[in-house]
Amino acid sequence: MIGVYHYMTVAAILFAMGTYGVLTRRNAIVIFMCVELMLNSVNLTFISLSRHLQSMDGQIFVFFVMSVAAAEAAVGLALMITFFRNRETIDVDQINMLKL
Amino acid sequence: MYDKLWLIPLFPLIGSIINGLLGKRFIRNEKVIGAIGTGAVFLSFLVSCKYFFQLLGDPVKTHQNVIASWMSVGKLQVDWGFLLDPLSALMIMVVCGVGSLIHLYSIGYMHGEEGFYRYFSYLNLFVFAMLMLVLGNNALVMFIGWEGVGLCSYLLIGYYFEKKSAGDAAKKAFIVNRVGDFGFLLGLFTIFWALGSNGVWTLNFVEIAENGHLLGFGGAVVTTATLCFFLGATGKSAQIPLYTWLPDAMEGPTPVSALIHAATMVTAGVYMIGRMNVLFAMSPVTMGVVALIGAFTAIFAASIGFAQNDIKRVLAYSTVSQLGYMFMAMGVGAFTAGIFHLMTHAFFKACLFLGSGSVIHAMHHAMHHAHLDDDPQDMRNMGGLRKRMPVTWATFGISCLAIAGIPGLAGFFSKDEILWWTFGSSHGSIFVWVIGAIAAGMTAFYMFRCLFMTFHGEQRTHVKAKDHVHESPWVITLPLVVLAFLAVVGGYVGVPAVLGGSNHIHHFLEPVFGHAQEVYRIGIKEALEHNHAIEYGLMAVSIAIALIGIGLATMLYLKRPELPALFTRRFARLHRAVFNKWYIDELYDAMFVNTIKQFSLLCWRFFDVKIVDGIVNGTGKVVSAISAGLRHTQTGLFQNYALAMVFGTVVIVAIFIFN
Repeated sequence: MIGVYHYMTVAAILFAMGTYGVLTRRNAIVIFMCVELMLNSVNLTFISLSRHLQSMDGQIFVFFVMSVAAAEAAVGLALMITFFRNRETIDVDQINMLKL
Repeated sequence: MYDKLWLIPLFPLIGSIINGLLGKRFIRNEKVIGAIGTGAVFLSFLVSCKYFFQLLGDPVKTHQNVIASWMSVGKLQVDWGFLLDPLSALMIMVVCGVGSLIHLYSIGYMHGEEGFYRYFSYLNLFVFAMLMLVLGNNALVMFIGWEGVGLCSYLLIGYYFEKKSAGDAAKKAFIVNRVGDFGFLLGLFTIFWALGSNGVWTLNFVEIAENGHLLGFGGAVVTTATLCFFLGATGKSAQIPLYTWLPDAMEGPTPVSALIHAATMVTAGVYMIGRMNVLFAMSPVTMGVVALIGAFTAIFAASIGFAQNDIKRVLAYSTVSQLGYMFMAMGVGAFTAGIFHLMTHAFFKACLFLGSGSVIHAMHHAMHHAHLDDDPQDMRNMGGLRKRMPVTWATFGISCLAIAGIPGLAGFFSKDEILWWTFGSSHGSIFVWVIGAIAAGMTAFYMFRCLFMTFHGEQRTHVKAKDHVHESPWVITLPLVVLAFLAVVGGYVGVPAVLGGSNHIHHFLEPVFGHAQEVYRIGIKEALEHNHAIEYGLMAVSIAIALIGIGLATMLYLKRPELPALFTRRFARLHRAVFNKWYIDELYDAMFVNTIKQFSLLCWRFFDVKIVDGIVNGTGKVVSAISAGLRHTQTGLFQNYALAMVFGTVVIVAIFIFN
């Protein structure tokens, strides 16, 4: 029987993968995708716990998270395009101009 | 009945505010500014007159008028209160009376000056402060006035602030006065503490006088306190050792010298001793110090007056000398005589100063007309002005006679009363009397030297300017005439019994001074009290000394004008010492001013630069060194920050789980 623990475990694995990607990858697009992965793992916990607790709250939250993620994607892509225009790269190692 | 006393200082305050705020931009008209300034003081004079005459006919002689509470701390209650008794009534009459005449005079004298409005604003502010000083019913209100007159003195000495000497003189006056104020405050604290430890927490003069006996006759506390107060008086009233500022104060406009540095402010010290007479009477040591300092100042300043050529400086040293006379009187317990001399001196010295101002005004005008750079205040450029300025000459001459102590004029009665007390008082001594009598002769000599050099003999003015010296306009001569009249009749309020008078002023001031004189047995020695022969004899001696002084001056400066130059050559060294004021300024510079300057340099170059700045800069350097180390944690790479964030989150979660 697949219970709420299994869902939670999958979500935790997804979250850890996303975190690892964010910390280690250099390509901004990939980092971006990893962030999406983290968000979706959270969505998964929301949904599964919503079901488990017989409450609609988690599902409503998921809609919020999805809309925020959509907005973030739009803003993030715009930033990356602008950055690419200036530096001809989207490698985050190169994005260190705020350093003193 | 006496509930509008606050009106007296209010008028000049309003006048000062109006002229000070609106004078430059909105009023601008000299006549209006002058009228506001003079009118304000004159209104105060009218109110003062009303209360003065009301008090004359009132059997109760001490009235307090409290308008508001100032502070109430524990058992101490300090009010915005005024005190009218014979002493303060006399003072407000002198301050407002002489003050309004000098305001009137100033309209003519300051005509065409750029800072006309500023001048009148300061002068009104001065009158306000002086009235607070004499009317305050407690020591703190008096202290406001005390500091206020010092401030106005500073502002008015530095009136021609574009001249360096004026600025320096103003600073000197202020700083020397601060030394005295320090003494005043210490005295105040001592009295407050000493009375408080006896259960009377008060600064009110009436209560201090009533409870003064708690301190114990001749005790160390009361001696210390009164000596501190006397230090304050030496600062304000230009006595040894703090007299040096007054001659330099002549840098201010002449009417200022007349009002502040001759007639009113410098007498504040004498007034203060009169106000605290109970305390002073309780300390014979202090009384002795006051009498001796006064006597030495009288003779010392008179000696400097011998060799000065600047007409105002002669008068300045004369003022110092006459103030010494007043302190001498206070010191031998002749409080009434001291206040009496204060009043007569205000009349004739104001007249002398205003007369010198009239001369300077005319000389300045003439020199300006002839495009000359000669000093308009130097008596060597004057001489023979009698015919050109008859009114000024007459009033100046009358005042010279009055200050010299010629019988029948104001100065005679007051000076003679003082000399009689120095001789016959239980606190007096023949030594003080001798000094006083010699100083009287010297006064007569240098005043007539001044008169003769200015108004008699050949006119030594430059040929081109000679015929442009004219008599001053009526606004200048009218105050001269009024003051000269007062210098003649002012003495008749205090004709001694031995001359068939009834000494009105003595009886008038009795309620203020009588108590202390009775309790502490200050008075003419019993053996002398009814010995008219000695009193007549002393009178004759002082008249003779005055006549000798005048005779010498006539001899040297009228009959044989070549003699003074001969003396100067013969005793060149002595003359140089006197001319340079016995090098006291140089001595003070070497002893105090330069020492303090050296100390300040040390404070600056070592303490301030090395220690204070060192601590401040050191703090900055430590912070920036730490920051330089921490800077390396900021790599600019967002993944490092994200790692730190994840790590932090893990730690927080771990704490939650395992706690």
